[in-house]
Amino acid sequence: MGLENLALGFHHAVTPFNLFVAVIGITLGTIIGVLPGLGGANGVAILLPLTFTMPPTSAIILLTSLYWGALFGGAITSILFNIPGEPWSVATTFDGYPLARQGQSGQALTAAFTSSFVGAFFSIVLITFFAPILAEIALKFGPPEFFAIQLLTFSSFVGLGGGNPLKSLVSILIGFILAAVGLDIVTGQLRMTFGFTDLMKGFDFIVAVIGLFGVGEILLSVEEGLSFHGATTGMNLRVVLDTWKTLPRYWRTFVRGSFIGFWMGFKPGGATPASFMSYAFAKRFSRHPERFGKGELEGVVAPETAAHAAGVAAMLPMITLGIPGSPTAAVMLGGLIIWGLQPGPLLFKEKPDFVWGLIASMYTGNILGVLMVLAGVPFFAAILRIPFAILTPLIVVVCAIGAYAVHSSMIDIWYMLIFGVVGYVFKKLDYPLAPLVLALVLGDLAENALRQSLIMSQGTLTIFFTRPIAGAITAVAIFFFALPVITPWWRRLRGLPAAAPAPRET
Amino acid sequence: MRTADLITAAVLIAGAALVIFDSLRLGVGWGTDGPNSGFFPFWLGVGMVAACLLIAFQALRRSADKPFVQRAQLSSVLKVLWPATAAVVLMQFVGLYVASAIYMGFYMRWVGRHRWATVAAIGIGVPVATFFVFEKWFLVPMPKGPLETWLGY
Amino acid sequence: MKRQLSRLATWLGLAALVAVAAIPAAAAWEPAKPIEFVVPAGTGGGADQMARLIAGIAEKHKLSPRPIIVVNKAGGAGGEGFLHVKEKKGDDRNHSIIITLSNLFTTPLHTGIPFNWKDLTPVARLALDQFILWVNAETPYKTAKEYLGAVSSKQCKERQAGQCIMGGTGSAQEDQIITIQLEQALGVKFTYVPFKGGGEVCVNLVGQHVDSTVNNPIECVSHWKAGRVRPLAVFDAGRIPEPEWKDIPTVKEALGSDIQYLMLRGIFGAPGMHKNAVDWYAGFLKKVYETPDFQEYMKQGALKPAFATGGEYGKWLEENDKLHRDLMAKGGLLKK
Repeated sequence: MGLENLALGFHHAVTPFNLFVAVIGITLGTIIGVLPGLGGANGVAILLPLTFTMPPTSAIILLTSLYWGALFGGAITSILFNIPGEPWSVATTFDGYPLARQGQSGQALTAAFTSSFVGAFFSIVLITFFAPILAEIALKFGPPEFFAIQLLTFSSFVGLGGGNPLKSLVSILIGFILAAVGLDIVTGQLRMTFGFTDLMKGFDFIVAVIGLFGVGEILLSVEEGLSFHGATTGMNLRVVLDTWKTLPRYWRTFVRGSFIGFWMGFKPGGATPASFMSYAFAKRFSRHPERFGKGELEGVVAPETAAHAAGVAAMLPMITLGIPGSPTAAVMLGGLIIWGLQPGPLLFKEKPDFVWGLIASMYTGNILGVLMVLAGVPFFAAILRIPFAILTPLIVVVCAIGAYAVHSSMIDIWYMLIFGVVGYVFKKLDYPLAPLVLALVLGDLAENALRQSLIMSQGTLTIFFTRPIAGAITAVAIFFFALPVITPWWRRLRGLPAAAPAPRET
Repeated sequence: MRTADLITAAVLIAGAALVIFDSLRLGVGWGTDGPNSGFFPFWLGVGMVAACLLIAFQALRRSADKPFVQRAQLSSVLKVLWPATAAVVLMQFVGLYVASAIYMGFYMRWVGRHRWATVAAIGIGVPVATFFVFEKWFLVPMPKGPLETWLGY
Repeated sequence: MKRQLSRLATWLGLAALVAVAAIPAAAAWEPAKPIEFVVPAGTGGGADQMARLIAGIAEKHKLSPRPIIVVNKAGGAGGEGFLHVKEKKGDDRNHSIIITLSNLFTTPLHTGIPFNWKDLTPVARLALDQFILWVNAETPYKTAKEYLGAVSSKQCKERQAGQCIMGGTGSAQEDQIITIQLEQALGVKFTYVPFKGGGEVCVNLVGQHVDSTVNNPIECVSHWKAGRVRPLAVFDAGRIPEPEWKDIPTVKEALGSDIQYLMLRGIFGAPGMHKNAVDWYAGFLKKVYETPDFQEYMKQGALKPAFATGGEYGKWLEENDKLHRDLMAKGGLLKK
């Protein structure tokens, strides 16, 4: 392990052809990341057949570059239009969109891209030097540990939302119920489909998010007058440098986000909960939690750092164990087999040039990526200057394309419209949307992990406490769940005044 | 606001009732190896009914307040919503590309009063560009209609 | 007379022209628009890999005049994909194909969705996937007999009441069917834990969260080579002929009871696909099948080469339909 291997890797990754391939991949990836519904996994799957004629190292560089591009690109529409291009950019909308509405889209985009890069770089360094050890840790995570992580993600959000607690509860319940529609993988039974075959595939998270956030937001903003509150400040690359000056003060958030992201990224579907958890912790530890949700730059830094760190970490189990850490990695693994490589623990020994080329390309790909997207900041921000009557139908069409692309299914476009109206009504009635989305994305995973664990333990809940890792995580989660109860009691004990009422959650 | 709150609660309770109904069919018990398929949905549904009843109760105790939406606001919301809905209906018959061309063109002209040249350029240019990106390069099929069939797609 | 002759000649000439034009027109159907290739499973799984491999080989060797577009429709254990293809109309019926796994039989039987494989048009069977009984390499079980001894006397360590855990893909699908067959043939009892995909199952075996699995070879092979898992028996009539696999005994050799199960990797067309279109796809798949790329893929995954079309394929499907019905009825997996 270590530097000489990495040097070998750079020798393979930094050829003119491979750099060219990386630029193509990042460009395509950014487009795919911008389009909601076309995730990194789709993008990689789409390009996979084109890679057959390439040498494996170039092929994997193309696909991973596309993945980095998608990770960067997901933030763009989140910030500009409140439409998360990727699941892990949902938390980016919470503060990114308010920033854009205040005319600070350039700052928000710069912060998002830079944070993504920092998170990615942190993960890549860890992978370079500790890959095999980290892979062994990943193996220790079975269903009970997985459930404990889901529990922790939820608990980190508890007590953060203000407003009517009953409405937050309803929002969570709706998310869980929607997540349960479709096939129950544990028993193989169809749930809540009422004989409609269209309901069989359930409600996709992306479709719900496009509707609730994207279409719902359009309706809300037209209500306030037919306009978008776009950027009005002059847009040039100065904004990047100016924003950079303010970023170092968030170093704690960077470190925390990187750790959360890397640690969550091991397991499938890790990037989305990681981004939520990082956002929740940033708000918890902030001295100004009341500013979150209204346009706090830190609220962009936190989720983006974690999401990109997790996205990179998802590559680790793929390289070291031959198991996918994310749907995108799953498709890439298929690619390895098709290119005639055997994914798995022996890849490091049998194909060092490939593995280290891949790791080196993570460095070059992310550096190229961040430079390319940062250079695009003025261009992206200028999109908001397009007249309203052109932008609105354009967004609706892009949303429809995104919703359709998820399952190639017309019904999803209808769901999107319905979710749009629901999002509009809920926002006006102060039903928070974030808990709904979080429950929808984690509900399925959490229920499966819980029930798998219970089958393993033959129905006893002690399995979450007797296994050391699961026990520790569960204990932390319970602590967070209890925090809203403990805090006032603790303050009274210490003779401190009661805390100010919690700020409203978006 | 009060009426809207009550209606929303009622709709959600109706939805929860459906969920509870289907859960009972699946079995809501705790089997030998953990919960049955209907266990979680059942209790989620029950929780939803309870929470919505409380929300409705809160709303009833409140005195009447400002309306949920003003007439002018509603009309501008509908001005976005109905063309979008019409476009989705249209997609079933003529496919996504033609529908979005008509929808974008109509909206730009009707709401934005843009010049016909702009309307035509964007209304046709965007769907054509999308067509190439999705059908030709990414090979992601979108809903298509007679025009695309005639073109051999 | 002369005029009549010349008229006759003209007619004959015309008829010949028509005939010449008509023969290729009838025989050589070609796709007129992009071909939709449905995968009734998620991205990254065995069926998805094979579909994308076929699309890639077609691209690389220019085997199809129009591109092949892979579309995943995994909802409802693949039911979404089957119903999607079933509902094709008009010329779309000639441009829509689907790759299947065992859920072709199991999903309708278990969930009761309105679909039967006979709704579709069989095109070709490409390969059959093997199943192997795996345990973690750190466990003391060197043979299937030793492991099943531990299962029957409930000696799996760190488990509730020593009950051994079998991990598998999904519920009421191939992995659970095999597990139930084992249980019924040997009078033992496993705790069956369903997971979402085969790769995930094998990793849970490496992490010792489950005691055994019946993974396909390709899902576990890399962990085996790294010394993390151990294959105990193959669920087939004979051993796998590849050199690296041939030391693994069959279940019959290892346990004395003949339990066999193979999974279909085959292609179907939409209902009512034109005969000429079926022929084109069969020819196309034959060419794909014969490329070195595809042969290499089968070798790597220890897939059993089994190209078949027409009557042979149909007969195999009939037999396996009956087999699945029997197995699932015996295991209590049919929709109640």
